[in-house]
Amino acid sequence: MSRIANCFIKLKEKKQTALITFITAGDPNYQISLSLLQKLPDAGADIIELGMPFTDPMADGPTIQKASLRALKNGQTLLKTLEMVTTFRQSNQHTPIVLMGYFNPIHHFGAENFTKAAKQAGVDGLIIVDLPAEHDTDLCVYAQNEGIDFIRLATPTTDDQRLPRVLSNSSGFVYYVSVAGITGAGSATNEQIGEAIKRLHRHTSLPICVGFGIKTTEQARNIAKLADGVVVGSAFVNLIEKAETDQTAINDVLSLCSDLSNAIKK
Amino acid sequence: MPLSYNAPDTNGLFGSFGGRYVAETLMPLVLDLDKAYIAAKNDPEFLKELAYFQRDYIGRPSPLYFAERLTKYCGGAQIYFKREELNHTGAHKINNCIGQILLAKRMGKTRIIAETGAGMHGVASATVTARFGLPCTVYMGSTDINRQQPNVFRMKLLGAEVIPVQSGTGTLKDAMNEALRDWVTNVADTFYLIGTVAGPHPYPAMVRDFQSIIGKETKQQMLEKQGKLPDSVIACVGGGSNAIGIFYPFIDDQFVQLIGVEAGGHGVKTNKHAASLTGGAPGVLHGNRTYLLQDNDGQIIDAHSISAGLDYPGIGPEHSWLHEIKRAEYVAINDDEAMDAFQICCRQEGIIPALESAHALAEAIKRAPNLPKDHLMVVNISGRGDKDMQTVMNYIKEHQL
Repeated sequence: MSRIANCFIKLKEKKQTALITFITAGDPNYQISLSLLQKLPDAGADIIELGMPFTDPMADGPTIQKASLRALKNGQTLLKTLEMVTTFRQSNQHTPIVLMGYFNPIHHFGAENFTKAAKQAGVDGLIIVDLPAEHDTDLCVYAQNEGIDFIRLATPTTDDQRLPRVLSNSSGFVYYVSVAGITGAGSATNEQIGEAIKRLHRHTSLPICVGFGIKTTEQARNIAKLADGVVVGSAFVNLIEKAETDQTAINDVLSLCSDLSNAIKK
Repeated sequence: MPLSYNAPDTNGLFGSFGGRYVAETLMPLVLDLDKAYIAAKNDPEFLKELAYFQRDYIGRPSPLYFAERLTKYCGGAQIYFKREELNHTGAHKINNCIGQILLAKRMGKTRIIAETGAGMHGVASATVTARFGLPCTVYMGSTDINRQQPNVFRMKLLGAEVIPVQSGTGTLKDAMNEALRDWVTNVADTFYLIGTVAGPHPYPAMVRDFQSIIGKETKQQMLEKQGKLPDSVIACVGGGSNAIGIFYPFIDDQFVQLIGVEAGGHGVKTNKHAASLTGGAPGVLHGNRTYLLQDNDGQIIDAHSISAGLDYPGIGPEHSWLHEIKRAEYVAINDDEAMDAFQICCRQEGIIPALESAHALAEAIKRAPNLPKDHLMVVNISGRGDKDMQTVMNYIKEHQL
């Protein structure tokens, strides 16, 4: 069983919702980012989404875009991101790692080589923002060959007719993007999210995790009542951007992670 | 006459190029647009309306002009200019904007967004949105805003909102990222009027179709003037919409040489150029797979060209395909060569071309002397150079010309 499936089964037994935290690999630099990755599980992160920096993240807001550029400026590469996961796995064998990013760096690396290297590093899932189901042969098939979950985004614009196409070949969980927009943007109402989750459940038995626009413990608590997982990204990246020292960045991120975890697990 | 060349396929692929590499939020919109475009292009009423605006609003057909003095100056091939700079708004961009605004209207969209580099697509977008009474937001890189002030002013006069984009190098690539962010956020009412033959399918095919009026007219006009087709057709390539517009109707005519001219900037061996085919590799950006300027980690490299309109690290996917199947030849012209050709054209023909078009002219001036006198060459003068005066003044001052 995959690490992601296992994680959701264990949480279900405890009647808990998953906290999925996003940070960008190499932001603000390799060491701090590795340190955060290693400490987030103890602070309550159930799954970690690790951003692969890209120069042109078209679906992300300014916060995550700046994080990508900070990381790239400090020398982050796709290989270094995989190295980071390898190092993380030396001390943590149970927390799932999902790499999130855009297709071009992987395309340049070679899709088959990449999925092999990712599997070896200990990656569990992939979210590639600009690879819709129509382009499954570009990467998804290679990921499946390696047993890496290919996680798809479903959005408010994905209607019932399209959902089966979106969900085909996807595994791990479904990432429901609660607002049509970029990361860090506004948020949807609980009612809208509740309706969307009901609709998604009619098409899939996979866990459904909700992201985009979740910034506060209160929002997270409310969504946790509806979804199998809550994804928080820009709120963490914002703290990294604003921190005056590396230590403050670590402390602030871990503190928010604990708060969110406490909020959704109570 | 239908072409035997029938790319792209129904998935929008030109060989392995093109496609629909966009976020899921946009996929339903892109699929809707495809359906709407297929219906429109098969609807005689739509085509009739398009033909009306092409004639009475744009001022088509644009002339095919024999550049007699430039021909004598070069001393070889007979050089003809396809005068797209004489169109309303001064460039080929309006051909596409008219087509897309009619489609947006048909789809019931109430807000238009666009991106622009040199500003010509922004001006054409602002023009058609004014004509059809729709609000228009144009994203433009801050660097381009500085070097293309007259066009920024024109867009504002026409009622468009121009939003400066600070990220990256503040050029066309960054403007396109911001336009995509806007579109993903305002999916319900917004139509994204893409300015070149790039982006997710159907944009590359749709923009090509709207621009192919250039090549259709050229074909007919050359047959009328010379009783035969041209031997070569030369056009500049940034994203490549004017080039594909003039190339497309000739693709089946294998004996007509098609030559695309990329911006070589300071030279394709330096890191300051915009020649994606000559100096790039296949990759995925802005919704399509195509040749891109990128580093060893697949990160996009900023392009450079003295011409804001060519300053883009990618190229339309159909050009990548024509390059790979060797149906078209792609070369690079450096900033200096383009500036020389610009001045030659001004003085020999009394025509001030856009700096983009000056790249095509430079290649023509290079080739013509070595060709026989019965060789018929067409250069697409994609736009006029008024917008580039500041850049030219700075260049002349810097180089003490």
